[in-house]
Amino acid sequence: MELKTLNGDVAKFAPRSEALTRGLAEFFARDISVAYAFVAPAFLLLLFLVAYPFVLSVWFSLSDARVGETGVFVGLDNFRRLLGSSIFLQTLQNSIVFTALALSLKIVLGMALALLLYRIGRFKRLIRGAVLLPFIVPTALSTLVWWWMFEPLYSVVNWTLKSLRIVNYDIPWLPDPYLAMFTVVLVNTWRGLPFFAITLLAGLVAIPRELYEAAESDGAGPVGRFWHVTVPLLKPVLAVVILFSAIFTLADFNIVYVLTKGGPMNMTHLFATYSFALGLQGGQIGQGAAVSLFLFPMLLIVVFVQLRMVRKATTYE
Amino acid sequence: MNSFARWARWSRPAFTLYMPVMPFVLFALFPLYFMLVTSFKKNAELYDVNSIPFLIGRGVTFGHYELLSKETLFWSWFLNSLIVSLAATVISVVLGVLAAYPLARLKFPGGDSFGVAIFITYLVPPSLLFLPLSTVVARLGLSDSLWALVVTYPTFLVPFCTWLLMGYFRTVPKEIEECAMLDGCNRLQTLVRILLPVAIPGVICAALFAFTLSWNEFLYALVFVSPAELKTMTVGVFSELIRGDIYYWGGLMAGACIGSLPIVIAYVFFLDYYVSGLTAGAVK
Repeated sequence: MELKTLNGDVAKFAPRSEALTRGLAEFFARDISVAYAFVAPAFLLLLFLVAYPFVLSVWFSLSDARVGETGVFVGLDNFRRLLGSSIFLQTLQNSIVFTALALSLKIVLGMALALLLYRIGRFKRLIRGAVLLPFIVPTALSTLVWWWMFEPLYSVVNWTLKSLRIVNYDIPWLPDPYLAMFTVVLVNTWRGLPFFAITLLAGLVAIPRELYEAAESDGAGPVGRFWHVTVPLLKPVLAVVILFSAIFTLADFNIVYVLTKGGPMNMTHLFATYSFALGLQGGQIGQGAAVSLFLFPMLLIVVFVQLRMVRKATTYE
Repeated sequence: MNSFARWARWSRPAFTLYMPVMPFVLFALFPLYFMLVTSFKKNAELYDVNSIPFLIGRGVTFGHYELLSKETLFWSWFLNSLIVSLAATVISVVLGVLAAYPLARLKFPGGDSFGVAIFITYLVPPSLLFLPLSTVVARLGLSDSLWALVVTYPTFLVPFCTWLLMGYFRTVPKEIEECAMLDGCNRLQTLVRILLPVAIPGVICAALFAFTLSWNEFLYALVFVSPAELKTMTVGVFSELIRGDIYYWGGLMAGACIGSLPIVIAYVFFLDYYVSGLTAGAVK
């Protein structure tokens, strides 16, 4: 039997740990292995929880999967059935109307607000802080107050309109299909406007002042300066903001789910809420996945355009 | 004449700047103000169609906050949100720092493609993936536990943090690190001891945004966790305070106020970080 002493153990242990540290040191001395080791956790996370679910989603959309069942391959059946369903076609139309309206409002108002904020000197921080607030507050919670503001009986909006004698009846904001769409667009604009304003403001600040002075000495008025100096130089920022917002407006879930749940009569359903209703509440995961995949072409377009812009920017450098 | 000139100098911006900007400020703040006012109003006044809705006319009440504390699991939801947000933030910032460093500094095969992949996942909206993710979460045995959220929130936080930190790391001159490397530091040591201290603003910014996005998240929390006591703030207030056709408007607004408070406090203290984080993606 071998006698194990404290010293012996330590003596045996020390060279091993030394070898380990030397191995580690060598490993970290090589840049390529460092790079892979550092990137690995993020890579694995995105592989298993983004890429794999995406593949799964494509499989679901091609199968008749239901909750708890894997389902069998049915080809493009789900898509065929969706394109023949009036609710889905309505959802498609809603999505286009919603995104187009909300995006245009955010572009125009965001630009106006950015131009105002750019020129404001006194109370600058206070005003910027106030204007940015809707973007920071949890959407699901702030949408609740919008719901309360448009509540059929106690709507503060209706109260104000009636007090000002603009109307003499209660406007059915949420029960009426068209007004419901208007309300959803309004809330999305409220929440998204700060992103446009603050980002465009950052773009405005980056434009060299000399260009305005040059344009002014060439006789350009404020409008001329806006169209010939501001807009062209702001184009890259504007494009990024619009593309980014286009995806997240089209994919909106919170506002519609809290305010209308897609109603009345499916007139405010977007891809996300309809996919939720079909896939989770209806249990038809295959159909639900097919609906949510309609977001994918938009994503592809945005990624394609942005990558091209990034490439262009780097080749100019 | 002199006083007229002074008046003109003062009044011009008032009419051309501050007056036009007022509607924007009102539009942004009114809903939040109304949320606060409603949460302190007595029910009798709240549901009186003839009282002025903008003000509290018949006394302040804390009743809605009491209802929230005593008759709902509000503070559990609050705690759940806090736990999930903190855990997801720590995970995402650590993974983000690790991934951003080689992407910003080292050349390695596949590096550019990984950068593009990060950028694409940054643009993937949660509503595209919640259905398959719920299956993955179920298979991992994480459904109906806070772990489901701790594990899935990093899917949208890591790309954001990585993207943001990559930008920050690139602004730090390489020479500082090269000196440390000559002194015998390895890459991990240079990252932790040299680069991170310089890039602290970037790290704070990433952490603030990660926390805010986790705290505000709604869809995954709604789908992956159903027991009432495990819900997060955003889902709990929305789903537990509306019972059938009965809406506890006072309670809903009180919940919305407290639920927004941590973010608003962070926002007041770190406004500049929020602004720089918001514009980082678009302007750089």
